[in-house]
Amino acid sequence: MTVVESPAVRLTVDGRAITAAPGQLLIAACEQAGVYIPHFCYHPRMRSVGMCRMCLVEVDTGRGPALQPSCMLPVSEGMVVETASDAAARAQDGVLEFLLLNHPLDCPVCDKGGECPLQDQTMAYGPGESRFTEEKRHFAKPIPISDLILLDRERCILCDRCTRFADEVAGEPLIGFQDRGSHTQVNTFPEAPFDSYFSGNTVQICPVGALTARPYRFKARPWDISETISTYPNAMGDRVSVHASRNQILRLQGVDSEAVNHGWLSDRDRFSFEAVHSPNRLREPMLRDESSGEMQAVSWSSALSLAAAAIREAVDAHGASSVAILGGAGLCAEDQYAWVKLVKGIVGTDNVDARMGDGLWADLLCALPRASVADACHPGGAVLLISGDLREEFGTLYLRLRHALLNDDVALVELTPLETSLSSLASVSLRARPGDTALLTEAMLSPQRGESVAGVPTKALAAVASMLKRRPLTVLLGRTSLAESPAAVERAAILLARKFPQARFLPLLRRGGTVGALDVGMAPGLLPGRVTLASASDWYRSAWGAAPEARGLGTEEVLQAAAAGKIKTLVLLGADPVVDFPYSRLASEGLSAVSTLISVDLFNTASVRRADIVLPAAGFGEREGTHVNVEGRATAVTAQVTPPGVARRDWQIAAELARLLGGDLGISSPRDAWEELARLSPLHSGASWEALRTDLDGVLLQAPPPADGEPLRPEALRLADLEPPEAAVVPFDGYSFRLVADRTVYDGGTVVGNCPSLAAKARPGRLRLNVADYERLGVGGDGAVVVTSSAGSLVATAKPDDRVPPAVAALAQNTAGGDPRLLLSPGDAVCEVRIEAASLT
Amino acid sequence: MARLSEANVRLALEIIGRYPRPRSALIPVLHIAQAQDGYVSSDAMRHVAELVGTTPSEVLSTCSFYEMFKRSRPGAYQLNICRGISCFLRGADDLIERATERLGIPLGGTAPHCPVSLEAVECVAACTEAPCAQVNYRYFGPLGASELDELIDGLEAGRLAELPPHGVLSTVLQSPSPDRLAGPSMPEDSGPPAWWERRQERETGKEAG
Ligand code: SF4
Ligand code: FES
Ligand code: FES
Repeated sequence: MTVVESPAVRLTVDGRAITAAPGQLLIAACEQAGVYIPHFCYHPRMRSVGMCRMCLVEVDTGRGPALQPSCMLPVSEGMVVETASDAAARAQDGVLEFLLLNHPLDCPVCDKGGECPLQDQTMAYGPGESRFTEEKRHFAKPIPISDLILLDRERCILCDRCTRFADEVAGEPLIGFQDRGSHTQVNTFPEAPFDSYFSGNTVQICPVGALTARPYRFKARPWDISETISTYPNAMGDRVSVHASRNQILRLQGVDSEAVNHGWLSDRDRFSFEAVHSPNRLREPMLRDESSGEMQAVSWSSALSLAAAAIREAVDAHGASSVAILGGAGLCAEDQYAWVKLVKGIVGTDNVDARMGDGLWADLLCALPRASVADACHPGGAVLLISGDLREEFGTLYLRLRHALLNDDVALVELTPLETSLSSLASVSLRARPGDTALLTEAMLSPQRGESVAGVPTKALAAVASMLKRRPLTVLLGRTSLAESPAAVERAAILLARKFPQARFLPLLRRGGTVGALDVGMAPGLLPGRVTLASASDWYRSAWGAAPEARGLGTEEVLQAAAAGKIKTLVLLGADPVVDFPYSRLASEGLSAVSTLISVDLFNTASVRRADIVLPAAGFGEREGTHVNVEGRATAVTAQVTPPGVARRDWQIAAELARLLGGDLGISSPRDAWEELARLSPLHSGASWEALRTDLDGVLLQAPPPADGEPLRPEALRLADLEPPEAAVVPFDGYSFRLVADRTVYDGGTVVGNCPSLAAKARPGRLRLNVADYERLGVGGDGAVVVTSSAGSLVATAKPDDRVPPAVAALAQNTAGGDPRLLLSPGDAVCEVRIEAASLT
Repeated sequence: MARLSEANVRLALEIIGRYPRPRSALIPVLHIAQAQDGYVSSDAMRHVAELVGTTPSEVLSTCSFYEMFKRSRPGAYQLNICRGISCFLRGADDLIERATERLGIPLGGTAPHCPVSLEAVECVAACTEAPCAQVNYRYFGPLGASELDELIDGLEAGRLAELPPHGVLSTVLQSPSPDRLAGPSMPEDSGPPAWWERRQERETGKEAG
C-alpha cells in the first residue's frame, strides 16, 4: 500500500465527520475510523470483487441515499454514509439469508465454529430464521484438493478469496470456480491438486469452514485456544500468531504486518509447528559413554560441568583459539548475544561463525547500506536480484516482490543462473552462467562493445544500464548457488555500491537469524553492532572485561583447523555441518578430529550423533526474545509452550557455562540480554523491549546519530575500506557442464523431516538439464546419469527442464536424489562436471 | 480423450496470434476442441491451457461456465429444457420430470436407445415462449406435456433429421483479412485501431468529395 500525500477526502459516516486518503475504499476508510462494516469477500490485501454483497451501506453522494457495496466504492468528497440505517440492516439481513440458503449449518462439527465470520455475522446481523424449506444443494463432504488442504463445497459462500489468492497473490491459479449459478463450486482440475507453496493462506482467509488444513482438523475449538503474536524465525521474520492449547502448538496464522509479511505465510513455515512436538526432539542432556560409544542421559549439572571442563582444558593447554563455536543462526538475538559474550568476552576466542559456509562476507554485509523490504517494493524502483529462486527460500518476500512487480511499477532485473519463478515478470533476465556473475555485473556497469558478454547480448546489458540510471536501485543479494564462489557475488556487490552510492542492499542469507547474528557479532572479526574487532574491542573490553585479541576463524577455516588437530573443543549451536556445510568431507574430518564436540540442538541431527556432549535446547514457541530479520528489523518472539523434557534456553546454557568457567554473564533473562545489547550497541539502542512488544512491524535497527557528550562509540564498518575480492573467471570450455547446487522448499532438512505433513512432500532432487543437452546426452529411459567433478562423482536421475540454460546442470541440495556437495571442492570458483548417461540396471 | 490434432493446433495458433494476450483466445480455442471431438475432453483442456499459457484449472473454470461447452460426449441431439424463472413458473419442472422419465435418463445423461442428451438450462432468452426447450439450439415452445411427447417421439424416431448436428456454432473459424486484425501489440501501446483509421479515411474522403 502506498502512502498518498494528496489532500484528504472528507466524508460523513453515521453522522460523524471523518477523513480518508483519496482513492481509499469506503470500507477501509470506515474501518480506519473505527466503524466496522460486515463483509466476507473483501480482503485488504487483494483486489475487491464485490462478490458477497454483505458490505452494502447506504451512500448519498448528492443524488439521494442508495445501497452500495462499500468494498467497491472509493471515497469521494462530501459523501454521506449510513452503515446501520434500516435500509442497510435490511440489506445485510437479506444477504445473509441468501448466503445461508445452501449453507449446511453444520457448525457443531465444523472447525471454523467459534471463529467463523459467517457464524458471527449471522448472529450480529442475520435473520435468525430461514424461510427456505427446500432441499439444499449437496456436494460430497470434504474432498482433498491437495495433500494438505480439504474443501467442503457445501459450506463455501463463493467469496472468491481463496481463488483470488491463488491467482493474484501466489500466481498459481490451480483452484477456480467451476460450473455456474447455484451450482458454482470451487475445485481443482481433475488430478491437478492445489500444490502451491502458499496454499495454507487460503485456509486462513476463508470466511467459512470450507477450507481446512489437515494439521489442524478437529484438533481444537477456538475458545480453548490461547494465542500470542510472535515472529517465525525465518529470514523475513514473518509475524505470526501462535495458537496453542494444553501446552501444544496447534497452528500458526500469518499476522498482517505492513512492513513484513502482509499476513501471508509459506506452507513450509505455517505447518512447521509440527516439528515442535516431534518425538525426535532432544529432551535431556546426553553424554557419550567412553567405552561403549553409546549416548547416555545425564543431569544438566554433569553435562554442563563436563562441557565447561572441555572448554577450560582446551584453553589451558592450547590457548583460547583451540575453542570454536559454529552456528547460532536459529537462535533469538538475546541467545546469540549471550553466546557471543561468553565466547568473545569470557572464553576469549574469536572463532565464532553463525554462517555455515553458504553465506557471504560478514564485513561486507554489515557495511553495505541496508535495504528494507519496503525499499525493494517501492513504486518506481528497480530491483536487481542476484540469488537463486526466491520462491524456494524466501516465500513471503517472493509474494511481496511479486505484488510490487505486478502492481507498483517496480522493475526487476535478474542476474541468476537459472530461470526463476519471477522471470516472467522481470524486465530483463540476465542468465549468468555460474562463474560469470561478477563479470556480467561489470559488463552491466560500463558500456560494452561486441555482440555479447559471456553469452548475454550486449543489448540486454545496455537496457539494464539505462534502467538503473532512471530508477532507484535495491539489490537483493544472496548466493547464486553453493557451486559458485561467494567472491563473485561479493565483488558484484562492491562494484554496484561504488557505482550507485544510493543503492541499498537486502542480504538474502537463508538460515533464519543469520543476518541478525552478524549484527550481534556472531562472526570472526565482528562485535555487536556491525562493528569490527579492530574498532570496537576496547569498547567491549571495558564493558565485558575482555575481548579477543585477534581475528578468529570462520566456519571453513575452523573445520580445516579442526581437521589439522588445532581445534580441541568445538561447540555447535543448532548447527549441522555434516548436512549443511558445502564440503561434506571437510565437515566430517573436522568433527572427527576434535577432542570434544559439544552440540546444543533441538533434534538428533547427523552432527549431533557425532557429539560427545549433547545439550537439548528450547526452540520456536518455547522461548521469548527478539528476532532480527534480513532487513535488520527486530520483532518480538514469544513463548507459548514449555520445552520438552528438561531442554533449556540457549542463553541459560551460555550463562551456566560462564559461571562454571569462573565468569558471570550478568544475564538472568532474555530482557537482561536485550537491554545490555541495546546499551552497548548503538545499532540496537533504538529498540526498547516494550516497543518491540507493542509494534507489529517491530523496529528497524539503525544507529542514531551520536548525542552530545556520549562516549566515543566504535566506528561503524565502512564500505570504502573493503576491497572487492578477485573473482576468478574460469574460461568456459564448451565440453563440461557448470553445476548449480540450488535449494528446494521441501528438502531433507530437519524441520521438514520432523513435520509429517511436510515430509510427505519431499521429493528426490533431479539433475535438471536443458532439453537440448538432455537429448544430446542420450539419457536412457530411467534417466540415470553419472556426474563427475574433480572432487567426486555421483549417480543422479536426469530430467529435461526448460528453466535451465544450455551447458548448466542443476541439482538441489539436501534431497534424496544425490548430494551435489560431493562434487564441490573448497576454493573453487565454479564446479565443472562431466555428465554421462548410465544405466542403473 | 484427445489433444488437438496438428491441423487444429495450427488453427489455434493462428487464432491466438490475433490477440494481444494469448489467454484472450481461450474461448475460440475451446470451440476448436469441441468441434474436433464433439465435446471438450480433459486432455483437450490441458492442451488448450498449454496453448494459451494458463492452468488447466482456469480452462475448466471458463469451459464449465458456458453450458454449450460439453465435457462429455453428447448424443447427436442435445435436448435442453429451460428452467429459468419464467419457464419454471409455467411448469418447467413437470416438463423436465417428464423428459427424464420418457428418455429414462437423469439430467446430463444420454439415452441408451436414441442419440439424445438431456439437460436443464438457465434462461435461454425465450421467456415469451415459456416453458420452452431447445434441440441443438433450435427453439421449441411453448411446450405442454403432449408437445413434449411429440418432440421426444420425433427424436426417438429420427424424424427431426432436418436439425443441424450438434457442433460448432460460433464464427471463430472465419479468416479475417490481415488489415482487420487487432495485431499482437499490447493494447496500452498500440495506436488507434484499424477500423478507426478506416473511418477517418472515409470521413476525410467524404469531406474531400
Ligand atoms: S472456499 Fe472459502 S475462501 Fe474459497 S470461495 Fe469458498 S468461502 Fe470463499
Ligand atoms: S465485502 Fe463487499 S461485496 Fe463482499
Ligand atoms: S426463463 Fe425460460 S426462456 Fe427465460
